[in-house]
Amino acid sequence: MTPSEPAERDTDIILECRNISLAFGAVKAISDVSFDVKKGEVRAIIGPNGAGKTSMLNCINGFYHPQQGEIAYKGKVRKQMRPYEAAATGIARTFQNVALFKGMSTLDNIMTGRNLKTKTNFFEALLYWGPAQKEEIRQREFVERVITFLEIEAIRKEPVGRLPYGLQKRVELGRALAAEPELLLLDEPMAGMNLEEKEDMCRFILDVNDEFGTTIALIEHDMGVVMDISDRVVVLDHGIKIADGTPDEVKANQNVIDAYLGVAH
Amino acid sequence: MTTLHDVFVLPFKDMAEAPEFFFEVVIGGLTSGVMYSLVALGFVLIFKASAVFNFAQGVLALFAALTLVGIMNGQVPIFLVDTGVTVPAWLAIIITAGVMVLLAIAVERVVLRPLVNQDPIIMFMSTIGLAFVLEGVGDIMWGSSVKALDVGIPQGNFMWHGMQLQVFDMWAAGIAAVMVLALAIFFQKTAIGRALRAVADDHQAALSVGIPLKSIWIVVWSVAGLVALVAGIMWGSKSGVQFSLSLIALKALPVLILGGFTSVPGAIVGGLIIGVGEKVAEVYWGPLVNGAIENWFAYVLALIFLLFRPQGLFGDKIIERV
Repeated sequence: MTPSEPAERDTDIILECRNISLAFGAVKAISDVSFDVKKGEVRAIIGPNGAGKTSMLNCINGFYHPQQGEIAYKGKVRKQMRPYEAAATGIARTFQNVALFKGMSTLDNIMTGRNLKTKTNFFEALLYWGPAQKEEIRQREFVERVITFLEIEAIRKEPVGRLPYGLQKRVELGRALAAEPELLLLDEPMAGMNLEEKEDMCRFILDVNDEFGTTIALIEHDMGVVMDISDRVVVLDHGIKIADGTPDEVKANQNVIDAYLGVAH
Repeated sequence: MTTLHDVFVLPFKDMAEAPEFFFEVVIGGLTSGVMYSLVALGFVLIFKASAVFNFAQGVLALFAALTLVGIMNGQVPIFLVDTGVTVPAWLAIIITAGVMVLLAIAVERVVLRPLVNQDPIIMFMSTIGLAFVLEGVGDIMWGSSVKALDVGIPQGNFMWHGMQLQVFDMWAAGIAAVMVLALAIFFQKTAIGRALRAVADDHQAALSVGIPLKSIWIVVWSVAGLVALVAGIMWGSKSGVQFSLSLIALKALPVLILGGFTSVPGAIVGGLIIGVGEKVAEVYWGPLVNGAIENWFAYVLALIFLLFRPQGLFGDKIIERV
């Protein structure tokens, strides 16, 4: 694993979160957090359990609507977004506890990622032969490229419910990639994996970033992994941003060390 | 000993002695089985795509049949007066299909949308409510008298290898076969079919890949409505359009348990097994208990299946990782 170059190739900001606050009743999940994601970089959000990392991702993707603050995506400021719109504007994501369509095959799962790229209307689909079938073949070609890229050719027809956890995570990544996203949100892509699986996943993430130029925002628990693959890291603790910078800066930050190791009293 | 002999030996001896009669019974069973399958199909569609058991499916078939007859006879809805205009069957079927799609849109708006993300049991309860409302609306719009339906499916019977067969039943079997094939392709091979299955599996994940839930539900209920229309036409032509039509939904239950709630081919095979099973049981074992086996045989079969194979013949295996 080689750390990728800091994202200086393109300094355009693709996503900017400004003063985001999110509360569930009296519980404050996120308080006044601001950070940005530059085009083409790997941006990590880290922090101990309950720091508000997944909540942050859910705000970006439109599952949660923050009470305060605003999110600017590709220069367009918005207060609220629906998951459907997020997907339509090029944001794809994976979930912490793998949210795949368990009864469907690997291939079908990844094909659902092509949903927004597929142009078939209801009546063509009812007919099946003709335009709908041609469209399917076109989409299938792209999906096959994703499958080859992720090296999951062997499990193409397997129902994903039967696959081991590590592979399920890879299929989920495949489904997100199939949407050809501009911004890819990964929620703990390496949680629950063994060392070998983690290394594979790191390789895929870096390759996606390199080859397709996809911007990646990821949440991770494993500090070692994060420091290796990300360009910049933002650290949350109890819903508050405590550090933001390159991996080296963050590692040296006293607040971060305290948050992770506890403070001596 | 004689009881055992009567139950386990005699019926089979009867079958072997008069094979033509036996096959006639089986074919009779198959054709009534096809009718059960048609109704069961509508259930499977909605269950596959939303994990909701749609109690209103039978009423949907009734409503479709009522609307079709009403339009064909040129009846004015609600006022129940005849305009004297008769609409040709093909045009009436197209108009009724349109009505079923509108109904699907209304159901999504009024019933489903306010209940997004609720438990399946709550959705199920809402479909019971829907069943009663639809039945009432059907009554208000078209009246409650029994009406004959003739869309031009040939009637009569013919002899084939010494067996007497109904022309109508052959048509019903053919129509069901075409419909099943079409639905199987729609669900397995098209992007919309895949989106339907995805929504049934995981709402949130489906949203994240940009599948619009609302339009998917409209599609599902439209397709279920169209299947109900076909079932309504077949049942209506066979036994007249009357309100007891909505009770055929009850016969679909054992079919679903046998075939599996999630399987289109399962609904077909389940329907055929139930149809043949009850006819054969009635003819050969019925006399032992003074008949009327036909009415409960399907449910006993369903009970046995629940004991040994709860997911049905073709249902999705329930995989749970712990």
